[in-house]
Amino acid sequence: MKIRLEHLTKRFKSRDKNGADVVAVNDFTFEIPDGKLIGLLGPSGCGKSTALNLICGLEEPTSGKIFFDDEDVTDQPPEKRGVGMVFQSYALYPHLTVRKNIMFPLGNLKGDQKLTKEEMNKKAEEAAKIVQISELMERKPREMSGGQQQRVAIARALVKQPRVLLLDEPLSNLDARLRIQTREEIRRIQTSTKITTLFVTHDQEEAMSISDLIVVMKDGIVNQIGAPQDVYDEPVNLFVAKFLGTPPINVFDGKIKGGKVYIGEDFITDIRVKEDKEVKVGIRPEGFILSDEGTMKLNVAGIEVMGRDTILVADHDGAENRIRAVVAGDDAKGIRHGDTVKAKIRKGKVFVFDATSGERLGTEA
Amino acid sequence: MKDRIFKTVIYIFLSVWAVIVLFPFYWMLLTSVKSYSTYNAEYIPKFFTLSPTLENYSSAFTTVPLGGYFLNTIIFTLVTTGVMLIVTVLSAFAFSRLEFKGKNLVFTLFLALMMIPNELVIITNFVTITNMGLRNTFTGLILPSVTSVFYIYLLKENFEQIPNELYKAAKVDGTSDMKYLLKVMVPICQPTVVTIVILKVIECWNSYVWPRLITDKQAYFLVSNGIQEIRENGFGRDNIPAMMAAVVSISTPLIILFLIFHKKIMAGVSRGGTKG
Repeated sequence: MKIRLEHLTKRFKSRDKNGADVVAVNDFTFEIPDGKLIGLLGPSGCGKSTALNLICGLEEPTSGKIFFDDEDVTDQPPEKRGVGMVFQSYALYPHLTVRKNIMFPLGNLKGDQKLTKEEMNKKAEEAAKIVQISELMERKPREMSGGQQQRVAIARALVKQPRVLLLDEPLSNLDARLRIQTREEIRRIQTSTKITTLFVTHDQEEAMSISDLIVVMKDGIVNQIGAPQDVYDEPVNLFVAKFLGTPPINVFDGKIKGGKVYIGEDFITDIRVKEDKEVKVGIRPEGFILSDEGTMKLNVAGIEVMGRDTILVADHDGAENRIRAVVAGDDAKGIRHGDTVKAKIRKGKVFVFDATSGERLGTEA
Repeated sequence: MKDRIFKTVIYIFLSVWAVIVLFPFYWMLLTSVKSYSTYNAEYIPKFFTLSPTLENYSSAFTTVPLGGYFLNTIIFTLVTTGVMLIVTVLSAFAFSRLEFKGKNLVFTLFLALMMIPNELVIITNFVTITNMGLRNTFTGLILPSVTSVFYIYLLKENFEQIPNELYKAAKVDGTSDMKYLLKVMVPICQPTVVTIVILKVIECWNSYVWPRLITDKQAYFLVSNGIQEIRENGFGRDNIPAMMAAVVSISTPLIILFLIFHKKIMAGVSRGGTKG
């Protein structure tokens, strides 16, 4: 199922009478290809969940349209759209067993679609098998771990064989280890069912690791859509650059002078921008190569050993925050707190942004 | 050591208290198994009897229409509790989940009703029911007690603790409001619902003032005002043992009910209270 959004907008009335409306989803126009796993990514309160609720049908858009393939579903209630949804808190019915929880959506089917008890049971068992909880069917939700509850919630969403699966912050209630396991699980389930799946998260690592496509949002506006690696390698603005990557990108105040980018007095890279102006320069942590020929001077403030690599914590006059540079462990040998080291900047790991708008400027030459 | 003395004192106190509380029940039971003649022969009532008899019980159900009162009370209790349950569950659902104009105002008015003592309302209720020509009918008996502001309030608070996401999840699956209420909300709030039912049953069984006011035909007497009738016009004022047998008969169902459900009653009340 392909999902197409056209100028989808949702405004909320402000709580106090004279306040401006809040635009939670602002003019979304994009297409989600069939059978892919899409991560809707953005900081808290940027309208991700609202976007999901709109696609689900739990909320009505202020304007704009939603298409599933070529069918306009904008005015359809959720059950007609054929969507399955998994909520952040899982929203399992606490008084029902796993089996009954999974069967619950089937009990609402009417007319021709009505199923007998045996058929419902069979479908519930199939769904449970996909998420591997077949042996927990008679348990109550409170007798299970968070990860197991999560699976039940997914099974309940899958049991109707939905055309679209929506997951709202599916991993945020799990502990760190379970989170990695479960996200792989979601990927596996998505791959095996081939249902177009949209999930919301504020965790960039989570989105990058399993999505086919990520949609980066800020304040109700889509900033960038693309494959995770593409978005990471070619961020369109400072926000996207800052939002993706661990450790985060290092941002410096710099300037363009005669087609060259400088941070303070240190030359960084060439750029195809004619006029001279103040800019923001972003350098990925892995963009530093320690070298005597390097043009950038860093004052080392600490070393964090991570095994294979070492993180160099350093200061630089132009930096917004402390710099974190990931360098090979061997290169960092013998470097101590207080040393000054020289670094070359790896091409493709440095981005130049307009100082006021934050838009990406030129491409390096 | 100090702890043990403290505990001993507490236990002694509680034992004395238990005796004080339970003694009237024992006295009632004891008197009910004494025959009229034995009872009268005891110038100073004895604390036991050597010749217990059940004859008082049989006469309670044969010489006076206690069985009929029982039946009336059961009908009254079942219908009142049933209708009350429907009314309170539906209104608690409306107040907790539906959005409508003036919801808060209406609910505040409801709560304000709780400030008015029952005795005051009885007068207006009496006038209303009499004007409707419903004296000496079951409808007249039942109608004023089919709703309870307090139970609506208790249930509403409980319903509101059910996370909103459950409702959304049910909506995504196409569940109707009614089905959601019956299949999800009521089962989740079952302890409170059970508590309300039991408290209402007790209230119905014990109600005296209203049935006494609204009925003056024996055919509509409940056990509470029926017992008064028995005393005045049945056994006569002197036949205390027979009276006691009747009293034991009508209190037993309630005592059994309370013993079975007392844990649930407390659970439901405290749940509604602390989480509210």
